[in-house]
Amino acid sequence: MIPELGHFSLILALVMAALLGGVPLYGSFHGQSRLVALAKPAALAMWAYTFTAYACLTYAFVTDDFSVRYVVETSSAQLPLFYKVTGVWGAHEGSLLLWVMALASWSVAVSVFGGGVPTQVLARVLSVMGLIGAGFLLFILLTSNPFERVPMQPEGRDLNPLLQDFGLAVHPPMLYMGYVGFSVAFAFAIAAMLGGRLDAAWVRWARPWTNVAWVFLTMGIAGGSWWAYYELGWGGWWFWDPVENASLMPWLLGTALLHSLAVSEKRGLFKAWTVLLAIGAFSFSLLGTFLVRSGVLTSVHAFASDPGRGVFILLFLATVVGSSLLLFGIRAPRLATTGSFSLLSRETGLFANNLILLVMAFAVLLGTLFPLLSDALALGKISVGPPYFNTVMTPLMAALAVAMGAGLALRWRQDQARRLARVLGLPLAVALLTAVLAPWAFGAGLPGLAVLGLAMAGWIAFGSIAWAVRLRKAPWRWSGANWGALLGHLGLAVTLTGVTLVSVYSQAADVRLEPGQSHTLAGYAFTLQGVEQTQGDNYQAYRGTMQVTRGQDRIAVLHPEKRVYNVESMPTTEAGIDPGLFRDLFVALGEPLGEQGGWSVRIQYKPFVRWLWLGGLLMALGGAAGALDKRYRRLRQTGDVVPPSAALAQGA
Amino acid sequence: MKPRQRRLLFVALAVAGVALAAVMVTRALQSNLTYYYTPTQVANHEAPQGRLFRVGGLVKKGSLTRKDNVGVEFTVTDLHTDLAIHYQGILPDLFKEEGGAVVRGRLDGSGRFVAEEVMAKHDASYVPPEVAATLKQTTPGATPP
Repeated sequence: MIPELGHFSLILALVMAALLGGVPLYGSFHGQSRLVALAKPAALAMWAYTFTAYACLTYAFVTDDFSVRYVVETSSAQLPLFYKVTGVWGAHEGSLLLWVMALASWSVAVSVFGGGVPTQVLARVLSVMGLIGAGFLLFILLTSNPFERVPMQPEGRDLNPLLQDFGLAVHPPMLYMGYVGFSVAFAFAIAAMLGGRLDAAWVRWARPWTNVAWVFLTMGIAGGSWWAYYELGWGGWWFWDPVENASLMPWLLGTALLHSLAVSEKRGLFKAWTVLLAIGAFSFSLLGTFLVRSGVLTSVHAFASDPGRGVFILLFLATVVGSSLLLFGIRAPRLATTGSFSLLSRETGLFANNLILLVMAFAVLLGTLFPLLSDALALGKISVGPPYFNTVMTPLMAALAVAMGAGLALRWRQDQARRLARVLGLPLAVALLTAVLAPWAFGAGLPGLAVLGLAMAGWIAFGSIAWAVRLRKAPWRWSGANWGALLGHLGLAVTLTGVTLVSVYSQAADVRLEPGQSHTLAGYAFTLQGVEQTQGDNYQAYRGTMQVTRGQDRIAVLHPEKRVYNVESMPTTEAGIDPGLFRDLFVALGEPLGEQGGWSVRIQYKPFVRWLWLGGLLMALGGAAGALDKRYRRLRQTGDVVPPSAALAQGA
Repeated sequence: MKPRQRRLLFVALAVAGVALAAVMVTRALQSNLTYYYTPTQVANHEAPQGRLFRVGGLVKKGSLTRKDNVGVEFTVTDLHTDLAIHYQGILPDLFKEEGGAVVRGRLDGSGRFVAEEVMAKHDASYVPPEVAATLKQTTPGATPP
């Protein structure tokens, strides 16, 4: 009964989405304010029905309703309650439902917090989101109905053991909120084009939303990296896996969009470009969804595949991208560029930023899709591995860093080389000095990659700090935008430091240890004390005890585990980690070897690995600070749009 | 400089930058492609010597042997030809005999395949697509376990 209620709700959600997509839009073109006024209630109704469906599915999980196919495939009676609740989005059908939940939630948020936006524009924005929602709801109902019934089964097949982790509660919702959040900027851009008014107003409205979406996406990606690090068991933090790339591409475009919105808002420049980026960022989100959900890729995330689903999403993607580009082609000629700027100006810096981020996104796209293309054209089965991405991204990152270090200190319109040299000379010197001196602390010579990476990170960090100091204001008087810029840039510097040091100075060894034996790595002695059998809720485990000492100091006792889950009889590796701000010690059990209770063990020393995610957190904080800037709150209260020149005077 | 000249210079710089990036990306792609071969193709000397490539198939029953420390040796088969794999390291959790595996590595001077990475996918019921295709090619009608 409850599953049928959920199914029915889902159908009603589709009806509401279609209503939202059509009626207010029609009304807005024919001056019928009663139809326009339908937008908000329809958005709320779409959310309510989607939520009801979602709640019904959760109920089916919690009550072990094994007459629902999706529950049979992704849950089991033994599964702890927490994972029954998060397991709802543990596979294809449920994760699509989560996608629509995210979209509906963003729609409601826009209708609630979009106070300053004219009713007509808001109605069009919500209509566009309704259309997207209708597409996805149709997709769920036609190809991926989570409420489909099967004859009652005695037991489910259990949630994939790798997903039985806290990470599942955080990573997918964050990621989806980010992905789908770019639909708001997209919807604003489309609404602005429909209305033919591509002035600074839509940019002002779309900017905080883009920030918030970007914050979620940043946290989602950083969280996913952290999860992979400790749960996939082997200490890697980024694999250039196609699905990771699918989330990185919208992030790169979203980052470009954030910066391009800044130029459009403050200077009225790059208007057409910004619209194109808003379309691009959301299109890449859809592409990501397509890549992940169609199963066309070989990936750690590819659990099941069904070509019919791929075709639907591909058609949907083509429709969305095609129609928005068509609209853009019709409207773009109206976008006269006003104002000019010199070669040495913040505009140029932001242009460089956009160009580099775009090239990065396309390089990732090429590397991700090339194997597919090659296979489709029968040119052989190919894989493009991490070496390609590292080779390409390193110089691009270096170029981006050069622009970033100077970026904040640059003035709008026109700057003088001499002034810039005065401001940035010291940061540059300090960055270079750090980059050469810091590797000494690690000993082992002066690796080029370490110097390059640290120089980039230092230049970004010290250049940004030099700018902040020259604001000549106490930190508590800084605007949200000031904080956003500083934290965002510092965050990347921190991440970059982590990437560099963990890549260059990590040490790892696969060794065979018998109880009592030890292995020394990076000055730490790892002694295996024993491995015993234990039992968890729904798994059996071997639990190792590994003592770590350094000289006379006892550093930590780690408990790596090897689990075998009862239902899927699938082994997983739970690493034992001693985390630290400056280094992680990481041990994982391989397999039992020989008669004496020996095990193969992977031991790793990972310097500064936490900085990867710490930087992500700082970036996210920066994005949030930017979204909370006072001028957006003022906008919401009065609906005033500050003309670009005034914004320039007050914000820059 | 007049605004027009400035704009031209700006566009020229941007185009040059993108062109440079395109060249770089293409070269990186060319030198980092890893091709996939079946054990039969390797036996027919279709795979390159000394270059990284991937090979996949089923792990032959009873073929897994331990060497000193963490060294292993096992055989992958496309049910037609066998290929011995040498590997130093810990095998992935889902690696098992009669299961599918994809291995990345190279042929050394003496024709031994030395693996740098062994992959077995993250789902017990999942067979890597390459392996499924390999089996379909060599033995039509065979269903991977």
